[in-house]
Amino acid sequence: MNFDLIISIINIVLIATTPLVFASMGELITEKSGVLNLGVEGMMLVGAVTAFVTLVITENYFLTFLIGTLSGVIMASLFAFLVLILMSNQVATGLALTIFGIGLSSMIGKKYIGTPIVGVSPYYFIVFSFILVFLISYFLYKTKSGLILRAVGESHTSAHAQGYNVIKIRFLSIIFGGAMCALAGSYMSIAYAPMWQENMVAGRGWIALALVVFATWKPGRALLGAYIFGSVSILQMNLQGFGVRIPAQFFVMAPYLATIIVLVIISNDRLRIKLSAPACLTLPFFKGR
Amino acid sequence: MKIILNYILILPIALIWSSISLADPLKVGYIYIGPPGDHGWTYEHDQGRKYSVNKLGDKISTTYLENIPENADAVRAIRKLASSGHELIFTTSFNYMDQTLEVAKEFPNVKFEHATGYKRADNVSTYSARFYEGRAVIGHIAGHMTETNTIGYIASFPIPEVIRGINAFYLAASKVNPDIKIKIIWNFSWYDPGKEADAANTLIGQGADIIVQHTDTYAPCQAAEKAGVMAFGQASDQSAFCPNAHLTAIIDDWGPYYAERTEAVLNGTWESIDTWHGMKEGMVVMAPYNTKLMPSKLIQEAVNMEVAIKDGSLHPFTGPIKNQAGEIVVPAGAVADDGMLAGMSFYVEGIDGDVPQ
Repeated sequence: MNFDLIISIINIVLIATTPLVFASMGELITEKSGVLNLGVEGMMLVGAVTAFVTLVITENYFLTFLIGTLSGVIMASLFAFLVLILMSNQVATGLALTIFGIGLSSMIGKKYIGTPIVGVSPYYFIVFSFILVFLISYFLYKTKSGLILRAVGESHTSAHAQGYNVIKIRFLSIIFGGAMCALAGSYMSIAYAPMWQENMVAGRGWIALALVVFATWKPGRALLGAYIFGSVSILQMNLQGFGVRIPAQFFVMAPYLATIIVLVIISNDRLRIKLSAPACLTLPFFKGR
Repeated sequence: MKIILNYILILPIALIWSSISLADPLKVGYIYIGPPGDHGWTYEHDQGRKYSVNKLGDKISTTYLENIPENADAVRAIRKLASSGHELIFTTSFNYMDQTLEVAKEFPNVKFEHATGYKRADNVSTYSARFYEGRAVIGHIAGHMTETNTIGYIASFPIPEVIRGINAFYLAASKVNPDIKIKIIWNFSWYDPGKEADAANTLIGQGADIIVQHTDTYAPCQAAEKAGVMAFGQASDQSAFCPNAHLTAIIDDWGPYYAERTEAVLNGTWESIDTWHGMKEGMVVMAPYNTKLMPSKLIQEAVNMEVAIKDGSLHPFTGPIKNQAGEIVVPAGAVADDGMLAGMSFYVEGIDGDVPQ
């Protein structure tokens, strides 16, 4: 194995993992505030198509990512309005958001499928993704606002009694989650594989969701989980390319298996899982109770 | 008495009804695995559908359902078409095979056409194209064009069609360049642009300077363009997305077949058949060769190969062909018969690795 090959593998791992990092960080903040948003896949798709269409129309990369991210804010606001104000069921609404996102993105993108574009270098995003994980860890565990956010997720009644506006804090967390998911989607359609194809997120939203749970709601572990998943995915391709004689089905299964095993082992303390899982996850908050 | 009266009343209504439905256009349904805009597999099926509409005009009306997964959802989708008056249904992916037969049993009066499969029934035909003829042509080109003697091949699922393609490609490539090595990555998906790009980049990282794909999007060709290596398009001409990498592509042309089969239903002459057409019938076509990349001598050789395949003087699977164990599977001078090709599940000698079982 030579040096160039190792560089190339690391390069591909970084490129392939970054969307998972963005999406899982967004979902982590949302879940830390006590809201489960299953609409990650849908928001990623809408982000991907919005960014792509903006780039085709304006040819301006800054606007592309701004509007791409904003599309996630709009999708997430819709979700937040339904679950926080109208008190709809979070699981059902999140699933509906994904289905809505798949349909909406296909509709918006219909005219633009197969439009050739010039993609942007993924490296800015890779660097930003690491900074983001650091910032989120710092925010959650070292700042007062982070503590409030966690308090809202742990016990919304107590936070409310302390005088914090639970609905507002959750709304903002959901919006942040949506923005990050849409950024992940924008990255996919502009930097990762520069194209728009229906359903091009291909299940990465669900993987990001699972990562948050398996990482027991800890940003560093979610990053680790995402990179185990990404590394094993790319490593198995390399082993296949070298003609290693292991059934290929095993290779395809390997990233899921490796991620689950590692994260289950490092978080096998059940008490600590209970402590880090937001106690109010999926519970609706009624003011005045 | 009352019952008879009812029948007398119903009879004219039934007659009027049936005459109305006769005047109605024939409803033809299509099940797609991806979106028609994939510029690959589904795109060409949709072009075929449009061709049949142009040819038969208002005698038919077509419906398509896109993004149908190859699982129990497919049964629901096919049944939906069958129960809503579609008299002819094309299911355009290999893994719709059992689902198509399941629904076909429930609707004996509806005709089904299943692409690339091998199970038939009285109302289920199968059809496929001899893509391997195109694979032989691109193998020949790759054998000449590669400088690193390493070809990257992105495969989807280990079904005979894909394995046959790999073998046809390798046989032609190793004939002109015995040192050639082929690296195969099985993606176990037809459609995931990100994963296809990862696989292409992985293969390029391992030294491949030509990327061949048997998946559905143009992501691998795009990755090749970015890395400055060459690639072949898949299912349709993808040169717009990777003009400096695209050598040529194997195009599937389903239009004439779809028009012919739809017309057969209109004329009442439809029966269950197995169709396997290739370059000769025009179902497999080569995209324009890239004159910027390929020397004119090589283009001429490729064109000659096309002619030879069309007139039958060249068969991509001409013996002697050995399997990986070194056993002769096609003796010298003979060609592989269609039965062997249809069920092909082994690599030929010279390819490393195992076929996933």
